[in-house]
Amino acid sequence: MKATFEPIVGRYAHLTLSGRPHRLYIEEAGSGIPLVCLHTAGADGRQFRHVLNDPAITRDYRVIVFDMPWHGKSLPPVGFETEEYNLTTANYTQMVLDVCDALELQRPVVMGCSIGGRLVLNLAAEHPERFRALIGLESAAHQQPWYDTEWLNRPDVHGGEVCAALVSGMMAPQSPAESRHETLWMYKCGGPGIFKGDLYFYRVDGDLREKIARIDTKRCPLYMLTGEYDFSCTPDDTKRTAAQIKGAEVTIMKELGHFPMSENPAQFRRYIMPVLEKIKAGK
Amino acid sequence: MTTLTTLDATAGRVIALFERLPALVGGNADLLRRGRFLTTDFAIVVGATPLLVRVDGGRVTSITRGPFLLRPWAFSITAEPETWLKLLKRVPDPGTHDLMALSKVGLARIEGNLQPFMANLQVIKDIVTAPRALT
Repeated sequence: MKATFEPIVGRYAHLTLSGRPHRLYIEEAGSGIPLVCLHTAGADGRQFRHVLNDPAITRDYRVIVFDMPWHGKSLPPVGFETEEYNLTTANYTQMVLDVCDALELQRPVVMGCSIGGRLVLNLAAEHPERFRALIGLESAAHQQPWYDTEWLNRPDVHGGEVCAALVSGMMAPQSPAESRHETLWMYKCGGPGIFKGDLYFYRVDGDLREKIARIDTKRCPLYMLTGEYDFSCTPDDTKRTAAQIKGAEVTIMKELGHFPMSENPAQFRRYIMPVLEKIKAGK
Repeated sequence: MTTLTTLDATAGRVIALFERLPALVGGNADLLRRGRFLTTDFAIVVGATPLLVRVDGGRVTSITRGPFLLRPWAFSITAEPETWLKLLKRVPDPGTHDLMALSKVGLARIEGNLQPFMANLQVIKDIVTAPRALT
């Protein structure tokens, strides 16, 4: 059988993030408004493959997905072996700004999920002028933790297995088995301690409750979409956050959980397309 | 008294579902394959009634209904009968669809030696929810 190819192009970029050299894996497809997608903690950019492959999106958007350092096909920086990886608000924010600068993107849209959804709130608060619009998937300024992250990286528990098992229940039971297991596969592939290090941002360093009041959606529109089956970032967490941000648009997505773009791409499409249409129209 | 009777009926229904675990798990080749490293005794506690679940190489070899006198187990999972029924719905509702979701909001308690629980988390969640096939 002759191979068929997807329109996605993947390349390795050499750039500096917070002043440190990195080799970053970036995929993109389409042309038009830049749409930078941020994957969840402990996973990688493969989560957005259906967005990258959607001609209705790539007709108007240049979709750009990068694997964060330590994730997917992006390597950790030189010297990583002597460090403990902990993602912070400052270096995650700078990472996104640096990637946008390095790719010379003019006022891109950023769509982040989970930790990425948290990060877009910080971008909205601190750098609204840099973005055309921001989309937070499974996004809240803060949410209650529900397990001790020490379980994620210890020698008597398989890290990949426990990471996947913890997040497996955050997907909707209606999501197709094929997509749910693909989503879990990325968790099984993560490097040791990386999911835990990402959650440092979520649990320890990234409480944005004090900061979100300064978000001005007139300067940069903010869309927040959360799946009804997400018990980690619950619909109530998102609504509580949005209640403090005048003009934030909230959508609670039926039959979706914490990984809408990868656990059920067809269902997610029903919710994200109207948002992308609005952004395109400048509404 | 009406309430008490209702609770008893619900508990009885849940216990009957869990007592089918040996056959349900034994008939699931994929779960047996994934669970082959798990040998433990744990308790599923339905309201006040503990069920001792004995697992040997992923196979549920027995379910014993309590109360017990000083019977040991590695870890226990405790919830009210109504909560168990919600978890065991074939297509559960948001918020009661996962053991960890129940634990987060205090509807379930997971206690004891949690190393075997966490090291085999997906298999244990799949064993516990195997009765969904019957609801």
